[in-house]
Amino acid sequence: MEASKVIHAIYTDDDVLMSAVKKVKAERYHIEEIYTPFPVHGLDKAMGLEPTRIAITAFIYGLIGLTVAILMMNFIMIEDWPQDIGGKPSFSYLENMPAFVPIMFELTVFFAAHLMVITFYLRSRMWPFKNAENPDPRTTDDHFLMEIAVHGNEKELESLLAETGAVEINLVDKAH
Amino acid sequence: MYTFSNKLKTFSFILMILGALGVGYGFMTSHKSLDEVKTMLAEEASAHGGGHAEEATHAVQEAQSDNHAEESHGEEAIHADEVHHDDAHAEHVMHQIANRPWSALYVAAFFFMMIALGVLAFYAIQIASQAGWSPVLFRVMEGITAYVLPGTLIVLGIAAASGTLGHYNLFIWMDPEVVAHDKLIAGKSGFLNLPWFIIRGLIFIAGWSLYRHFSRKFSIAQDTAEDKSNFKKSFRISAAFLVFFIYTESMMSWDWIMSVDPHWFSTLFGWYVFASMFVSGITVIALITIYLKSRNYLEFVNENHLHDVAKFMFAFSIFWTYLWFSQFMLIWYSNIPEEVTYFVTRFQDYKLPFLGMVVMNFVFPILMLMNADYKRIPWFVVMAGLVILFGHYIDIFNMIMPATVGDRWFIGIPEISSVLLFAGLFIFIVFTALTKAPLLVKGYPFRKESEEFHY
Repeated sequence: MEASKVIHAIYTDDDVLMSAVKKVKAERYHIEEIYTPFPVHGLDKAMGLEPTRIAITAFIYGLIGLTVAILMMNFIMIEDWPQDIGGKPSFSYLENMPAFVPIMFELTVFFAAHLMVITFYLRSRMWPFKNAENPDPRTTDDHFLMEIAVHGNEKELESLLAETGAVEINLVDKAH
Repeated sequence: MYTFSNKLKTFSFILMILGALGVGYGFMTSHKSLDEVKTMLAEEASAHGGGHAEEATHAVQEAQSDNHAEESHGEEAIHADEVHHDDAHAEHVMHQIANRPWSALYVAAFFFMMIALGVLAFYAIQIASQAGWSPVLFRVMEGITAYVLPGTLIVLGIAAASGTLGHYNLFIWMDPEVVAHDKLIAGKSGFLNLPWFIIRGLIFIAGWSLYRHFSRKFSIAQDTAEDKSNFKKSFRISAAFLVFFIYTESMMSWDWIMSVDPHWFSTLFGWYVFASMFVSGITVIALITIYLKSRNYLEFVNENHLHDVAKFMFAFSIFWTYLWFSQFMLIWYSNIPEEVTYFVTRFQDYKLPFLGMVVMNFVFPILMLMNADYKRIPWFVVMAGLVILFGHYIDIFNMIMPATVGDRWFIGIPEISSVLLFAGLFIFIVFTALTKAPLLVKGYPFRKESEEFHY
């Protein structure tokens, strides 16, 4: 069981929060999490988070969608029920391919978009009926909350956070 | 201030001289007599062992034009008919060979003109949308658009010359003989006639050049101005220009390209040509920016700006493919004879350039430029950009050549030297224009935002 005490520092402005994050990082404290009411540009870089890998998953999902579209159209239009549409008998996938391109495109986008959103939710540990992890409801309105783990150094931390412009500093027992 | 290095200046002159020599050579060798063409055709037929595509198309043409003779007449009649047809075919090929240097020159002239025009539209969009990332690149764009006036005049000049000095080498509707025997073209002659064609062209050119002249003037005036009045004027004329541009660009593409096939038409042709010019223009902005940066100019431009330009290259390559495919698929699916011939010739005689351009303009950019990190690496953008530019040259090639030279195409001395000629001229004009003003738009209201732009 890791350290169960954390400090919650609350800010009311995103610019103040950004400079606070930089100071806290400069003092080599580990920021566990930051809760904000809206995405703050550049916060991930300031916190030193790793770059997202969602683009790679999106590319893979797109390829899956493309493959599904190709196999699906091949089965439906060529193998299972070939028809002669507009003087183009569908006996060959390749010769009828231009007609399938819109479907290939749409399914690529469909798979990439939907699976990417689902991946994002799961990666963020969000699913239906899940209880909110958010420690303070005000962070959904106009407050910003920085959570820092405490290892018996709450005094220095508290003074540092007070210096950075935190409007409220709480020492919390985190139930793990 | 930028100084045009002597090395680059000499290089542009060498390109122009080499190009001019090659173009001259192309014209000198394109006048073949009918007998020469016949011997050539005979040699080709024997060299290929007789059983090749030439004969197949030959047979098709014969079936179309001369089938009245075949049934009732005897062997001799057929024979006579073939001789007559051989003559007609040889004459046709003779014209195609004579058309080749004209077409090569025209394709290259149009290609470089379209780069400058695409950049002009891009520049107007940046100002009209008050974009914050791009003002550090404005002077590069203004340099490129210096080529709009000479480039468009050259294209219109070649088109007009082909119908007056030449033998209707590009636009068959300029030939009164053809119009007299062609009901469809005769019906269009109220629009497609030489004087009106030239007047229209001059109106387009006047509008584009006026915008270029005034936007440049306001841009330079804004550098030293106390207030923002020049910026406001520039904003207003940019918005007006964009409206003018999208109409005239569309009409220009019907006039200067689509009318080489006067029977055929496509309703999204203007957009299609626009996509090509836009992506080529943006690519050239990237290339010239990278070049200037490598010469230690443009110290305020960094990889964030390059990243955004490369995003546009990527996005508009896909946009181009979307339009290319939309045009192709509808015509392919509906399969109406007078429409589908356009793609039939391209598939029969131009398979490599036609499908090769899809690889260069779509598959290559989408795979190369998809990764965000690669868009920030200059040499990577240069490589992708050169492929995109070559692909769009081939795109214009595919628009003009099938109508003028048919299956007698090749990328040889006339084509390459035409490209060299206009590349030299383009470099000379663009880099001369770059020396005329500081490379940073100092007084532009979004300058600071642009300098501090980051991804």
